[in-house]
Amino acid sequence: MSSDQKAPTVLSPDHYVAALDESPISGVDVVSLDEKPSNLYIDAWRDLRRRPMFWISSALIIFVIFVALFPGVFTNTPPNDECFLSNSLGAPTAGHPLGFTKQGCDIYSRILHGTSTSLSVGLIVIALSSITGIIMGAFAGFYGGWVDTVLSRIGDIFFSIPYILAAIVVMSVLSEHRNVWVISLAIGAFTWPSTARVLRSEILRVKNADFVTAATAIGLSRFRILVRHVLPNSIAPVIVVTTLSLAAAIVAEATLSFLGVGLPSTFMSWGNDISTAQVDIRTAPQTLIYPSLALTITVLSFILLGEALRDALDPKARALR
Amino acid sequence: MNAAAASTADAPLLQVRNLHVGFRTQNGVVKALNGVDLTLHEGETVAIVGESGSGKSTTAAAIINLLPGSGQITEGEVLFQGRDLAKASPRELEDIRGRLIGYVPQDPMSNLNPVWSIGFQVEETIRANGLATGKKEVRAKAIEVLEQAGLADADQRLRQFPHQFSGGMRQRVLIGIGLAASPRLLIADEPTSALDVTVQRRILDHLATLTEDAGTAVIFITHDLGLAAERAKKLIVMYKGKIVESGPSVEILQNPQHPYTQRLIAAAPSLASRRIAFSGQELGSIEHVAANESDKVDLITAAERRVENLDAKPSESVIVVDHLTKNFKIRQGGFRSTEFTAVDDVSFSIAKGTTMALVGESGSGKSTVAKLLLKLEDATSGTITINGTDVASLKGRALLNLRSRMQPVFQDPYGTLDPLHNIGNTIAEPLKTHGVGTRNERRDRVFELLDQVSLPRVIAGRYPNELSGGQRQRVAIARALALKPEIVILDEAVSALDVLVQAQILRLLADLQGELGLTYLFITHDLAVVRVIADNVCVMQRGRIVEAATTDEVFDNPKQAYTRELLDAIPGAGIQMGV
Repeated sequence: MSSDQKAPTVLSPDHYVAALDESPISGVDVVSLDEKPSNLYIDAWRDLRRRPMFWISSALIIFVIFVALFPGVFTNTPPNDECFLSNSLGAPTAGHPLGFTKQGCDIYSRILHGTSTSLSVGLIVIALSSITGIIMGAFAGFYGGWVDTVLSRIGDIFFSIPYILAAIVVMSVLSEHRNVWVISLAIGAFTWPSTARVLRSEILRVKNADFVTAATAIGLSRFRILVRHVLPNSIAPVIVVTTLSLAAAIVAEATLSFLGVGLPSTFMSWGNDISTAQVDIRTAPQTLIYPSLALTITVLSFILLGEALRDALDPKARALR
Repeated sequence: MNAAAASTADAPLLQVRNLHVGFRTQNGVVKALNGVDLTLHEGETVAIVGESGSGKSTTAAAIINLLPGSGQITEGEVLFQGRDLAKASPRELEDIRGRLIGYVPQDPMSNLNPVWSIGFQVEETIRANGLATGKKEVRAKAIEVLEQAGLADADQRLRQFPHQFSGGMRQRVLIGIGLAASPRLLIADEPTSALDVTVQRRILDHLATLTEDAGTAVIFITHDLGLAAERAKKLIVMYKGKIVESGPSVEILQNPQHPYTQRLIAAAPSLASRRIAFSGQELGSIEHVAANESDKVDLITAAERRVENLDAKPSESVIVVDHLTKNFKIRQGGFRSTEFTAVDDVSFSIAKGTTMALVGESGSGKSTVAKLLLKLEDATSGTITINGTDVASLKGRALLNLRSRMQPVFQDPYGTLDPLHNIGNTIAEPLKTHGVGTRNERRDRVFELLDQVSLPRVIAGRYPNELSGGQRQRVAIARALALKPEIVILDEAVSALDVLVQAQILRLLADLQGELGLTYLFITHDLAVVRVIADNVCVMQRGRIVEAATTDEVFDNPKQAYTRELLDAIPGAGIQMGV
C-alpha cells in the first residue's frame, strides 16, 4: 500500500491502511478561489438581491420619492388654489378620482403634494438623529472612560423623555416658527439616543478585536482607527435602526400635525388632512381614509426595507468573519 | 483476529459499521462522514486523531446520536451492546446517554450552565440517571462524584458556581458528570484542549485511573498525535470524513503507512521535539520522516534552518528588557481596587537575528510582556531598550519610527484581519500609514510580500472571510513584514492552527528569518513548538522569569522543577519514536 518502504516491515493484523485512491490527500492549506470576493456588505447585498421584500419596498420608496419631487406629473389640479365650497365633501368626479375635502379641495392632489412634507421631515430627522447618534455613540464607545460617562448620561437624559411629549412641548413653545425644519429638529433632538446606544454597544464589541490592536501597532492614530476600522465594522445595525426610525419620524410628524402642534394648516401634510377629516369620518370617510392610506404605505415600505436590511445585515446571523 | 483475542472479547461493546453522516445546507447535503468503521471492546481505549474538519467530533456525536441541528446519519449502523443506536428512539437514547455512555465535552468554559451551582448540575445528572433518590442520598452521591473527579472539599464546592472554578476544575466536574453513572463507554471530545499542559497532564492521568479502575471503554478524540499515542493503545487517524489508518499506536508512529499519517507525524511538534531529543545529534543528520515531496512540512527542516541562521550571525542585542514590571488595577466593586502584578521584575535580551521564546501557561504574563514591548501598554517600572533607544519616552514621530521597526502577529487568525478590507489594502495599510512609496510602488510591494508568504497574488482583491486560518496568518505575517521591520513579535501566532498548517507557518517563519535577518520574540504556551523554532527560552511563571537559557539547555538540562514539569507534560513523552 505504501510505495516507498525502507525495509519490508510486518504490520500487525489489526493495522488498517486505507488505499490511497480512496482518500487521496490534497496539498496542505491550498488557496481556493472558487467563490467570488465577498465581505459583510457584499454578502448582504447578494442576500438582499434575492429577497422580493427588498425589491417591493425599494420600488415603493422610489415611487414615493418620485411623487414627492414631481407631484405635477400625476395631477394638474393645484392642492390649495382651486378649492370650491360647492365641492365640499364631494364624491369622485372626472379628474378628481378621490373626491373632495370639506374645503372642497381635491384629495388626490393634496395627498400627492403632501408627500414631500412627510418625506422631508423623515429624511431631515434621520439625518439629524443619525449624525448626532453616530458621533455620540462612536466617541462614547471607542474612547470610553469619562467621555463615555458624560456622553452616555447626556443620551440617557434625552432618552428618558418620550419624544412625542418632548416634541409637543417644543412645538408649543415655538408655535410662531412652525415649519418643516423646526418640527424635524423637535423630533430629531429626542430620537438620536437610540442610534447612539446601538452603535456604542457594537463599538464596544469591535474595538477589542485583534485587527484594532494590529492597527495601533502599525502606527495609526486612534481617530483613524475609529474611522477606518471600527466604525465600518459596527455601522450595520445603525443602518437598520435608521431605516426603521425614518418610518417612525414620518408617523411622528403626522401625529404632531394631527394634534394641532405640528405644521400649520397652510402646509400640505397628511397629518393635517387626517386631523381635519376626523369630524367628517362618518359622512365622508374618503377624506380620512386616503391620506391615512398614503401614510401607511409609505411607513410600511420603510419598515419592510428595514426588516429586509436587518435580515441581511444581522451580525448574529452572519458573524463578522 | 486470532483465537485468543476472539475468546477474551466475545462481542464488542461498540461496533460502528459503514457510518455516513451528512449535514443539510442550502446547497444540498454536505457529507461529513464517508463510511467509518470502528470496533471497541470492553475496557479498551481508542484515540481518534485528525485535523479540524476531519470528522472526528462528528463521529463521536453520531455514536450518541447528538448531531447538531442539520446533521443526520444517512447510512450505516452504530451497534452498542448489540442495539443499533442510529435507529433507537429518543427515549431509548436518553436512557443510554449518561447511564451507559458518558460524554465529556471539549470546552469546559461553556459546558456548565453559569446560572446554576455546580452541585445542582451534578445532582441533576444523578437524578436523571436514577443513581440515587431522596435529597440526602443524591447529595451524598454528588459529593462522591466530585471527590472521585479529584476535587478537594467537595461538599463546599457543591454550593459554588462555575465562574468560581478554574478551567481545570470545571473539566474535572464535567469528567465527574460523565463518569457519574459508571458508564460502559466514555466519549471524551478534546477534553483538555483548552487547558494548560500541566493541567492537561494531571487531568488525563486522573481520567485514565478512573476508567481503568472501572473498566470503562474510552473513545478519546484529539488533534494531537503525540497525546493520542500516549493515552491510547489503539489509534484511528481520520481525514476528510474517512479513516485513513488505524492500528496499534506505537506501530503507527514508528511505521506510518498512509501518506497522510506520515505528514501528520512529520508536522506534530510534540513528536518532532521527541525526535530531536532521542537522536541527541546534529540536526542535519536526523532522519526525516518521509513526507510528500511537494508539501514538505517536516518540522525538523524548520529547526535546521534556525541552526544555519544562528551560525552565521554575530550576536548583538536588539532588545534589552531590564527589570520590567507591570501592575494592573483590578476594580473590586465600588471605589476599591487592588493591584495585580502581571509582569514582575522581568529582564532579558534578544540578540539580532535570533529567536527567543517566552513560554508560560495562561496567566503567566507572557502576553503582557508583548504588549509592553509593542508599547500598547505602558510599563509600571523598568526599561525596554530597542536598538539602544529607551522605548518609554518615545512619542509622535519617534514612536511611529519604532512601530515601523517592530511588528506583531497575533493568535486569533479570525480576529487579526479587518473583515471589510481586502487583503491588498490590509497589507498596504502600514505602507500608507508611514507614507511609503507611491500607489504603484505599494502595489508592487504587496505582491512581493504575498510571494514571500507563498500566497497567490490574485488574493490581493479578496476578503479575509474567504481564507483559512493558516492563510489569514500568512496575510498577518505579510502585513507585519510590509515595513521591513527588524523585530517581529509572535504572540501565540501558530497556536490556533492545525498541525500541518502550523508546521507550514513555522517553516515560513524560519525561512523568512534566514532571508531577512529577522529577530523573533516567540510567545507560546507550547514547549514542543519552542524546540523547533527558538534559540533561547525564558520560562515564565506568575509574572516572573523562572528559567532562562538556550533551547538545548532547557530541554536537556532543566534547572527548575516548574520547567521539568512543563517538559514532562509535552504529550508523547513516553513514546519510543525509534528514530
